[in-house]
Amino acid sequence: MPLNKLSFDYPSVNTLRLKLSGEWQIRAGLPSASEVFAQLGEHKEIAQVVLDVSKIEKWDSGLVSFLLNLIKECGHRDIQVDRQDLPQGVGKLLALALKANTENIPHKIEKEYFLEKVADRFLQLCAGALSVVNFLGEIAFAFGRLLSGRAYFRQDEFIGIVQRCGVDAWGLVSLISVLVGMILAFIGAIQLKIFGAQIYIANIVGIAMVRVMGAVMTGIIMSGRTGASFAAELGLMQVNEEIDAFKTLGISPVEFLVIPRVLALVIMMPLLTLYADFMGILGGFIISVKFLGLNPVEYWRHTQSAVHLSNLWVGLIHSFVFGIIVAVAGCFRGINCVKSAEGVGAATTSAVVSAITSIVVATAIITLICQVLGV
Amino acid sequence: MDNKSQPIIEVRNLDLSYDDYEVLHDLNFSVNKGDIFVVMGGSGCGKSTLLKVLIGLKEPIKGEVLYGGANFWQEDESVQQDWIRRFGVLYQSGALWSSFTLGENVALPLELYSNLSSIQIREMVELKLSLVGLSGYADFYPAQISGGMRKRAGLARAIALDPEIIFFDEPSAGLDPLNARMLDDLIMQLRNALGATFVIVTHELASIFALGDKAVLLDAESKGIIAEGNPKDLLANSKDSRVIQFLTRGEKQTAPA
Repeated sequence: MPLNKLSFDYPSVNTLRLKLSGEWQIRAGLPSASEVFAQLGEHKEIAQVVLDVSKIEKWDSGLVSFLLNLIKECGHRDIQVDRQDLPQGVGKLLALALKANTENIPHKIEKEYFLEKVADRFLQLCAGALSVVNFLGEIAFAFGRLLSGRAYFRQDEFIGIVQRCGVDAWGLVSLISVLVGMILAFIGAIQLKIFGAQIYIANIVGIAMVRVMGAVMTGIIMSGRTGASFAAELGLMQVNEEIDAFKTLGISPVEFLVIPRVLALVIMMPLLTLYADFMGILGGFIISVKFLGLNPVEYWRHTQSAVHLSNLWVGLIHSFVFGIIVAVAGCFRGINCVKSAEGVGAATTSAVVSAITSIVVATAIITLICQVLGV
Repeated sequence: MDNKSQPIIEVRNLDLSYDDYEVLHDLNFSVNKGDIFVVMGGSGCGKSTLLKVLIGLKEPIKGEVLYGGANFWQEDESVQQDWIRRFGVLYQSGALWSSFTLGENVALPLELYSNLSSIQIREMVELKLSLVGLSGYADFYPAQISGGMRKRAGLARAIALDPEIIFFDEPSAGLDPLNARMLDDLIMQLRNALGATFVIVTHELASIFALGDKAVLLDAESKGIIAEGNPKDLLANSKDSRVIQFLTRGEKQTAPA
């Protein structure tokens, strides 16, 4: 029992003798030093503490920690601690611990006031916005170099990225698009049934998928899949100082790492969107023909007549913009990643969050412009 | 420190692989209690793989690792875990958990495996940090301190539970000579004070000669041990040119006549 490990007596008025006995090991549990401090508090006349350790059976750093605490406390109270009879190892460990130098510890930054925090946050936001603009400028500049044939461009790596963000995303895009098409068909059917106009499901599914839903769903899939992977990849490169290595060799990391990724997504997003449009229409078709009993030929004709080429162009413009958004968000967060494991996690999260937010905002803007232009 | 000459680790007929390649074959050696045992060898000779097998992270293809006479890899998982808790490991980079402060890094093993109160744990953390010269740094995060300090903090975490055997993977790698020397001195002081057994995997000659009571030299070509003994004795007495070359950084090709 911990209590039996520690007892006190007073050989003289100003001396406290601590008798330590039994096992003083971390795993066995230790008595608290506060019992001793209580004794010291009660008997203000104590000027010396004598340690009797002859009955200790086993010890480890648990004992040392107890003694260190005691010695420090006694130091504050100007009480002497007689340490002569301590086991050799204990004495050495205590000496090592007491030698510790605490003078050179750098001061931690003190807590900020609320207004300071708000101002800091605002300035951070401004700086963040500025660095996004800066990054976009760098990308534009690097594109210029690429077009004029002066940029370093590794074709093999580019093809690998195209494959990763194109062909490899194919299965996921198929699944989600078919399901979205089916959902649109079901929701449309409930309303149109009231008017006996179920065949117009073909119009709803066709226009919705081609004009906006195909692009938006692909954008969201790609931001979670490819954008996050770009951020994690570049973030880890930042942690490993690979990006610094590019800079010190005079190679622009934007040119080398960002351009191929942006280019790959800008090429693959419209293609994936076209594919998603088709799969969405297929999903609507399956539901309409199989479950709602519509005529397949009629469904197909209605789709053809409803979906104009202008809808397709609007959808492709969406996908082009989303491609840039997803790639830039992923690369920007990755390159600006804080150099730690947590930093990579934060970069990945913020890449996905900012990509999805920007996709929704961009959709709203494009829709508004189309409305004004009457497209 | 009782039974000092008794082996605490015995390795028998051990075969190790790395990515399906056999890197070490038929390894035999023993580590005595309280010794500083050095595993040396050039890059790629399987030092780190051997360390992973010793600390229970990787199963060997064949052979036995005996701790206090018990065959580690044949035991139940609970027995293995018991042994693992009696190990302390300092990884090459310090391997501190970056989202924990130094104090929390050292406190976690104590919180998990001891019955100490939170105040006692705090005191224990302060002791371990002062032992490695980091008193007052408990509230710092690993990212806020230097590489050498991270290693020392890693050592404080490794000794949190007063382990019986402490393993070091390249302790002085990435440190400047002064910091490397400081860490070597610290290891020596802790050995004298804690009485634990130390197993150090390294190719730093200064550390090998400063610390090693006994050493084995691994060789990538022969996939085994080519020398065993006290490093200074090996340098003085070995007739094997590979051993002499390793211990003199290639400055001497053969044993002195």
